[in-house]
Amino acid sequence: MSAGLGDFAKQAGEWLRGVGPLHEIVISTRIRLARNIRGFFFLSRADAKMRADIADAAQSGIKKARTLGDLIHVDVEKLDELDRTLLVERHLISKQHAESSGARRVAFDATETSAVMINEEDHLRIQVMRSGLQLGEAWEQIDQIDTSLADQLEFAFHPQYGYLTACPTNVGTGIRVSVMLHLPALRLTNELEKVAQAARDMRLAIRGLHGEGTEALGDFFQISNQTTLGRCELDIIDDFRTVVIPKIVEYEQNARKALLKNRVHALDDKIWRAIGLLRHARLMSSNEAMQCLSHLRMGLHVGRVKDINLQTLNELFLQTQPAHLQKLQGERLNGEQRSIARATFIRSRLSNN
Amino acid sequence: MGLCQRCKKAQATFHLTNIDPHGNKMEQHLCERCAIEEGLQQAKSPVSVNEYVETFLASSKAGAAAASNLVCENCGITYIEFRNQGMLGCPDDYDAFKEHLAKLIERAQENATHHVGKTPKAPATRKPGPAEVRRLKKLLEEAVAAEDYERAAQLRDRIGELEKA
Ligand SMILES: [Zn+2]
Ligand SMILES: [Zn+2]
Repeated sequence: MSAGLGDFAKQAGEWLRGVGPLHEIVISTRIRLARNIRGFFFLSRADAKMRADIADAAQSGIKKARTLGDLIHVDVEKLDELDRTLLVERHLISKQHAESSGARRVAFDATETSAVMINEEDHLRIQVMRSGLQLGEAWEQIDQIDTSLADQLEFAFHPQYGYLTACPTNVGTGIRVSVMLHLPALRLTNELEKVAQAARDMRLAIRGLHGEGTEALGDFFQISNQTTLGRCELDIIDDFRTVVIPKIVEYEQNARKALLKNRVHALDDKIWRAIGLLRHARLMSSNEAMQCLSHLRMGLHVGRVKDINLQTLNELFLQTQPAHLQKLQGERLNGEQRSIARATFIRSRLSNN
Repeated sequence: MGLCQRCKKAQATFHLTNIDPHGNKMEQHLCERCAIEEGLQQAKSPVSVNEYVETFLASSKAGAAAASNLVCENCGITYIEFRNQGMLGCPDDYDAFKEHLAKLIERAQENATHHVGKTPKAPATRKPGPAEVRRLKKLLEEAVAAEDYERAAQLRDRIGELEKA
């Protein structure tokens, strides 16, 4: 499969290409479900043999499941580090899944909207990704996938505690809802505390771009639920859909309006400096690229920039990350070589459209 | 990577750049703990689990002594191992460590004690596994040794029910 992963760097997954509801601020919606197969130990106690048996059982269940159709199956254990990082950059596997050891796999559909990680922290982590805010749609799809998997695999389930998970913080529904937000204006107006407060009020967690353990990079924030027991999936989703996300989206919209009204020169300066760097820099780190692309994205959505295509921009976010860049160049690059390649790649993409 | 600006003790891992109303750049470099205290970041769950466990064990020495003897007979994990790694060993642990885990789950899950939501279509009629019976038998021996005959009788009846099922 390693060979197949090369091509895959050339385009973005559908959830990133698509233009979902509120996409100016909500980058993506992701729902994950943690499931374990009855009759096996959790991974912390499973030896190599049991780990492999779990992977085989999970994979054959996935292959037989009605709603999953034709999936691309990848043996993560056999991939080299670059290909594993590529999957992390595409949000198909977690950093933890890439970096752990032993039998572990992933299966995903060609549009990359659904994926199942095998032997991450739990035996299965089912995932559905959508562009923009599409919680209801994402839940409907993941619910169907889970139901059809349950026809093939008996999941560990407890009358009191629900779906049993390796870590008791995921027990119950096993659901993790994550919404990725782009909040450049709130950062410029120094109002991120309002976002933190809105999340805290609903007991939600805020993290950086690649989830758990990562710092807030650029202006992207991921909001997710922390508790999984005692409330049904739809109630958990409703906290996001009807309370937290609309509130944060409104804060960001207001901040963008205030910048346009009161500080348009400062705003334009940010945007055009970013464009200047993107169009002319000769060395660019991935953090700098992320920051500049973020300001450009805001410029596009507040109407201060017109001649840049949104899809090109979305692809740049993905393809300027280290593993994608190296895949596209077809060779391994050290830090400085990556900075050169990144700057060159961005310049050529922005001059073509 | 420098030190946290707030406590000046821990390594700064959370970085934020803001622009104040006059257009000046303001950088914040905080450690995880200070970022959490400033409300910019929330605690990661595996860390919290261990903290919860620590809190419970510290709060009761008797509890700690009792917990150190607990072991799941299905997978062999001890409660202490779970405490140290934050991960359970097998689904049976939820019953084997029931009392200790119940408090911990309640804390971690905002006082929730029961699952609400999706249930597998044909919920497997869950037989308490042999591990549960073995655990109860052990408790029965202990009760007899302690001459607590009332408790021994209850345990005997419960084991009888499980073995019939
Ligand atoms: Zn600090
Ligand atoms: Zn166990």
